[in-house]
Amino acid sequence: MAIFSTSPLITSGHSVSSPAPTIDIRAIVRNHGSVAAVDHVSFQVQRGEFFSILGPSGAGKTSVLRIVAGFEDPDAGDVLIDGRSMLGVPPNRRPVNLVFQSYALFPHLTVFENVAFGLKMRRVPASLIDEHVRQALTMVKLVGKEGRKPAQLSGGEQQRVALARALVNKPAVVLLDEPLAALDQQLRQAMQVELKSIQEQAGLTCVCVTHHQEEAMMMSDRIAVMHQGRMWQVGTPREVYENPRTLFVSRFLGVSNELPGRVGEAVEGAHLFQPADDLVPGFPVRIGPEVSAGRPATWSLRPEQLRMSRERPATQDPVLPGVLEKVLFAGSETKYLVRVGRDRLWEARTSGAMQLPYTSGDPVFLHWALGDGRVFFE
Amino acid sequence: MKPRSLGLNAVSLLAMLFLYGPIIVLVLYSFNAAHLSMTWRGVTLKWYAALWHDEALLAATVNSLFIALVSTVGATGLGGLLALGMEQMPHRRQQTLEGGLVLPLVIPEVMMGVALMLLFVTVHVPLGLTTVILGHIVFNIPLVTIMIRTRLRKLDPMLREAAADLGADSWQVFRYVTLPLLRPAIWGAVLVAFTVSLDDFLVTFFTAGPGATTLPLKVYSMIKSGVTPEINALSALLLVVSMIGVAGSLYLQRREV
Repeated sequence: MAIFSTSPLITSGHSVSSPAPTIDIRAIVRNHGSVAAVDHVSFQVQRGEFFSILGPSGAGKTSVLRIVAGFEDPDAGDVLIDGRSMLGVPPNRRPVNLVFQSYALFPHLTVFENVAFGLKMRRVPASLIDEHVRQALTMVKLVGKEGRKPAQLSGGEQQRVALARALVNKPAVVLLDEPLAALDQQLRQAMQVELKSIQEQAGLTCVCVTHHQEEAMMMSDRIAVMHQGRMWQVGTPREVYENPRTLFVSRFLGVSNELPGRVGEAVEGAHLFQPADDLVPGFPVRIGPEVSAGRPATWSLRPEQLRMSRERPATQDPVLPGVLEKVLFAGSETKYLVRVGRDRLWEARTSGAMQLPYTSGDPVFLHWALGDGRVFFE
Repeated sequence: MKPRSLGLNAVSLLAMLFLYGPIIVLVLYSFNAAHLSMTWRGVTLKWYAALWHDEALLAATVNSLFIALVSTVGATGLGGLLALGMEQMPHRRQQTLEGGLVLPLVIPEVMMGVALMLLFVTVHVPLGLTTVILGHIVFNIPLVTIMIRTRLRKLDPMLREAAADLGADSWQVFRYVTLPLLRPAIWGAVLVAFTVSLDDFLVTFFTAGPGATTLPLKVYSMIKSGVTPEINALSALLLVVSMIGVAGSLYLQRREV
């Protein structure tokens, strides 16, 4: 799709001069039939870092995880863990442990035996196993449940067992496959915080795959946005959210108020953006120096950057008229849907405490800081 | 409660009577004090006692148990390995083999018996205990394989991946994950194979030689000289053993882990 402009990243966005990365993925390719499920993906993860691969289902992110774990072989590229190539190394010999989306707890074993499994396979002495398992269970707050079978545990507890079963082996990397997807909303939020604190406390290096943008942003040090087998952007949650490189990244990380059109001539250090919808007047945008005027583009702005007022504000910033269509009270915040031009519905927000005295059908003015709007070329 | 018509209940009752009536009569008459089976002369256990003193019958019992034991072990081993091996095959080959597995279950058992007998005679294996055991292994393998396969296919493949991820080599995956999870199915298969072997008449009839008389063969030969209460008692005992076997197997198969 041409609209997701700009070529995908071939190398990591973060090239800090730091020690050798714990994980170094070099241009891996994985073909499923004629389709490339993973298309030249590269990234590095540093020790102690929480790295998330974020993307919609079918983006190829689980394939990346399975390639790192050793369940799938890349058709090209290399996977290095602590500087050592993992090609041809079977899953049981890799210094990584995977937390499965379905947890995959052994139903015939108790909580203790599940957590002890990895140590037992590596023939760790029984007394040490006991100590390590207890430590791991303390960390995930499951002391007292050692003798239970997985079927006797709640979803949240099963999740903790799965986590303990991985981290007890002190792997170089813990791989998390949609770790919280099976939990309900409230538990999920509590576990996000807890998972993050366990990761920091134990100094774990994590690679997490998720389709949930809020989860990725809250837990990760860095996020890679993946789509159609490629990585489109890698960066801190803030970088990726505030400076999306493509329209897809912008849309996937949150609500994006958009307007298609084209960039016109330069005016006073900016360019004039001419919307395709002739009911919407043109307004100034700021674009990079490399761009020539006249190209079709899509303009986009985050809802929290959009301001709304009843009177035309006295400002140098861009202003557009609109009609308030709906006020949606959502508890902690209120959302306002404003119609711009013929058919565009934009979203503005205020926190719940600040109820503005607007009702549906009111004419309003929308304005924003010139630098906040972004332009994506097709 | 769903209202059920009187007619439906009556038909159900008749069907059950048709199925279980003869068996109930047989068991009842095994306790009949009368020597001539047709009249009721009070309750006795003497026919059961008489079984204990019948040397030929005891020998047949020993044969039956020995054959059932050895053939069950053989069929469970081979059938279990086949089930595990089939899992590794491409889908098409699995389907072909599955068809082959069902075939012995649907062809008339007489044909199976005759075929086995002809085979043994052709390759000059004298008919006896060995040939009966081989015959029983042959018809039990499909049963065992199908039962273990059913369970195997219900196992979450992620469990084996999880074990490998945690450092288990392929033997350890089998030893600590697959095998324990298959255990109920394996014991279920053992009980069914044992029961089917104990009850089998046709294949045994064609493959048995001198000194290989089993209980069903013995009952058959006794019946030629008239139905005695002793036969009723013997059949009742066989029935109890079979029911325990089948019930145990069903219980094990329903258990989750």
